[in-house]
Amino acid sequence: MTTFTPTTSDETLSTVAWAVEQQSPLEILGHGSKRGIGRPLQTEHTLDMSKLTHVTLYEPAELVLSAKAGTPLAEIEKLLAENGQQLAFEPMDYGPLLGGEPGKGTIGGVLAANLSGPRRLKAGAARDHILGINVVSGRGEAFKSGGRVVKNVTGYDMSKLMANSWGTLAVFTDVTFKVLPAAETEVTLAIRGLLDDAAVAAMAVAVGSSAEVSSAAHLPERIAARVADGALGSDAATLLRVEGFGPSVAYRITALKKLLGGAGPLQEIAGEVSQVIWRDVRDVRPFADFSEKPVWRVSMTPSQGHHMVLALRMQAAVSAFYDWQGGLVWLRMEEGDPQDALLRGLLRKHGGGHATLVRAAPAHCAALPVFEPQTPALAALSQRLKQEFDPKNILNPGRMA
Amino acid sequence: MSGLAMPKPDDATMRRRDEIVADMRIIVPGEGVVDAANSMRAFESDGLTAYRQLPLVVVLPQTVAQVSRVLKYCNDRNIRVVPRGSGTSLSGGALPLEDAVLLVMSRFNRILEIDFSNRVVVAQPGVTNLGITTAVEQEGFYYAPDPSSQIACSIGGNVAENSGGVHCLKYGLTANNVLGIEMVLMNGEVVRLGGSHLDAEGYDLLGVMTGSEGLLGVVTEVTVRILRKPETARALLIGFPTSEQGGQCVADIIGAGIIPGGMEMMDRPAIHAAEDFVHAGYPLDLEALLIVELDGPGVEVDHLIGVVEAIAYKNGSTTCRISQSEQERLSFWAGRKAAFPAVGRISPDYYCMDGTIPRKELPRVLAGMRELSEKYGLGVANVFHAGDGNLHPLILYDANVPGELDKAESFGADILRLCVKVGGVLTGEHGVGVEKRDLMPEMFNQIDLDQQMRVKCAFDPNHLLNPGKVFPQLRRCAELGRMHISGGKLPFPDIPRF
Repeated sequence: MTTFTPTTSDETLSTVAWAVEQQSPLEILGHGSKRGIGRPLQTEHTLDMSKLTHVTLYEPAELVLSAKAGTPLAEIEKLLAENGQQLAFEPMDYGPLLGGEPGKGTIGGVLAANLSGPRRLKAGAARDHILGINVVSGRGEAFKSGGRVVKNVTGYDMSKLMANSWGTLAVFTDVTFKVLPAAETEVTLAIRGLLDDAAVAAMAVAVGSSAEVSSAAHLPERIAARVADGALGSDAATLLRVEGFGPSVAYRITALKKLLGGAGPLQEIAGEVSQVIWRDVRDVRPFADFSEKPVWRVSMTPSQGHHMVLALRMQAAVSAFYDWQGGLVWLRMEEGDPQDALLRGLLRKHGGGHATLVRAAPAHCAALPVFEPQTPALAALSQRLKQEFDPKNILNPGRMA
Repeated sequence: MSGLAMPKPDDATMRRRDEIVADMRIIVPGEGVVDAANSMRAFESDGLTAYRQLPLVVVLPQTVAQVSRVLKYCNDRNIRVVPRGSGTSLSGGALPLEDAVLLVMSRFNRILEIDFSNRVVVAQPGVTNLGITTAVEQEGFYYAPDPSSQIACSIGGNVAENSGGVHCLKYGLTANNVLGIEMVLMNGEVVRLGGSHLDAEGYDLLGVMTGSEGLLGVVTEVTVRILRKPETARALLIGFPTSEQGGQCVADIIGAGIIPGGMEMMDRPAIHAAEDFVHAGYPLDLEALLIVELDGPGVEVDHLIGVVEAIAYKNGSTTCRISQSEQERLSFWAGRKAAFPAVGRISPDYYCMDGTIPRKELPRVLAGMRELSEKYGLGVANVFHAGDGNLHPLILYDANVPGELDKAESFGADILRLCVKVGGVLTGEHGVGVEKRDLMPEMFNQIDLDQQMRVKCAFDPNHLLNPGKVFPQLRRCAELGRMHISGGKLPFPDIPRF
């Protein structure tokens, strides 16, 4: 068991090339903050990318940042914040949910898992902000794709192909992201006491209005108390975030209040409390309980999420809350059984989408498909891509299986 | 490009043309097969009109099953296929091949679903870009990417080219606004990616399909995100005595945390051509004219207009007009939107380029272009998506003067080389197609290009779908598949291991 810790792109290349030649699989690791997701690996060797660090280019006026893949996300976010900018897709931190430390994770991991957060609704995910990459494939070949400019259609968008590949196609050495100005002001409007169906209806109205709602989440009763140290109290909270320049935010909050006045009691939350609430929603704090109770991340048609949950409740004990206007459902299975067949069957019945078992006991992770199974044609196509880029199954073998 | 080499026609296919046409008529009955030369003439080129070629046969399917059967038929018999939407590509992406079936998707022209509460529209690929907005605008919604050909270009073609438009700095490209597609692979398999939920499962094949220029699959259905129309939009028309000042103004606007809905720049030749053509009232004694459009709630737009105006003055603007009415806003845009035809008036022909550069390099690139203009003895006018660094130099030439087309093309290639040299790319939104195909090695080495071909091999291992586009040289997939192994010793004996 050897851990390789390259500090340069060249060392990364030669390590992978060596592993290819030895036909010796590697587990690709940053900080390991998402290590628990996917089928557990049993590789002889580990490629630890956490020492391949540094921001190599940051030009705020050009809205672009490049970094070596092992650069801590926290370091990048701090640098951006100092310049009034941010990664607008708001990458979540899986640490708390998976029982690890908060604030870990590398920028390479952000792309490999295509992370995003509540602002996904308006601003997209990592895949929408990646401009270019340098990687080493499972053939031991170093190559680049994309560039450092926002608008680029030169050749296939391999950066997107690599997003959400969980280290199974290539090892990232460099990533270049589009960065954006951080909002000057944020205010959250909370509608209190709604049941799921009323909440989903209210969120659809709000998000479809010209108030430019950047995030819309619904925390049912009891869940609401588990964010921001209980700042919301225990009544159900339907949260609408409005961001931008001060006068604009004030105007849009007023417009939303007019629009939703009849929906339920309204509450305005500003400043740091608002930020903490959204960070906790982003990081699934309500389920960060240091347990192994299975947690599912389900992406589906926003209007269908709560119907699926209702159907599920008739057959299993679950806790649930909603982000992305209802289209991102976080589920905790209270009885310890992941109920994958039941959940996936109901998901298909409610318009489809995909469910990922992000937390479970190791035995469940090993035995069940963690990621959504694909149709035969799509699975075959994905397999052919894996074969093209990692024919000897060197990189994170089986993780997405 | 005059010397553009396309794949050599396959003799066996050419010999079997009658049989293939007959079989196509069985798969697509009715009027869906066109084989008479005079009728096929309408399809012989796309928006890159310097290149023309009659296809083997034109097939216009109406159902997904027909698309699947046509592709499988061709795959089984080693027949090439060129897909086509509305044929507005500016890079020759839909240029027919003599031995290829031209698969025209224009009869897939229906909107299948409009869902306001989930803000999605499901459309067949032949629906026009503007057609989607038209279908939802009464309810106050629109589809954000707005390529200048939006009246004609199809949403399927937008997916193939990852089309942009003047609003993409704020609202994103096609890739950021498409949630799902259905497509048919060359082997006839039908695959769905994404849907009305966010993020597809597994590898982001939707991301790689978007902008793949018809080489990976034929899109048969598209699910797009629609947005609520901003309450208001107002524009500023700002003039500068130098392009450096204009460029700095753009940088400062973004530095102030403002992402305008649109931000366009024109240089002196483009300003003059546009003003002569549409009399938009543009000031003429300038090197750079900037249009900044701000959209959103009225209170936000008013606030930001003040900020942008102050930035403009700080950067030495000699003129700064603010639209006071919708009519005035549109008049600011009139010249910019008419820039291409305006340039068409001052020159018998023009050749439109599409490089993207880091914005700060604008003065250097403009200076380089002036030098090249002198070297080639051809004029150039520039319009520029200033927010995202996407340049559209229009090279002025006369195709009737022997050698001028070649000269214009060499000039264009030199401009793109310059873009790459300063950290930019060959194409921001028009695609590689045949036009920039042979320039790909300026940006990518062979290993980089091989990886892109590997993607191609996973989708279409026989290189039958739209061959001759994007890649300067096709390598057989089997050849790419070989592993090269060197050395064999443990790497970097001194690298830390634990």
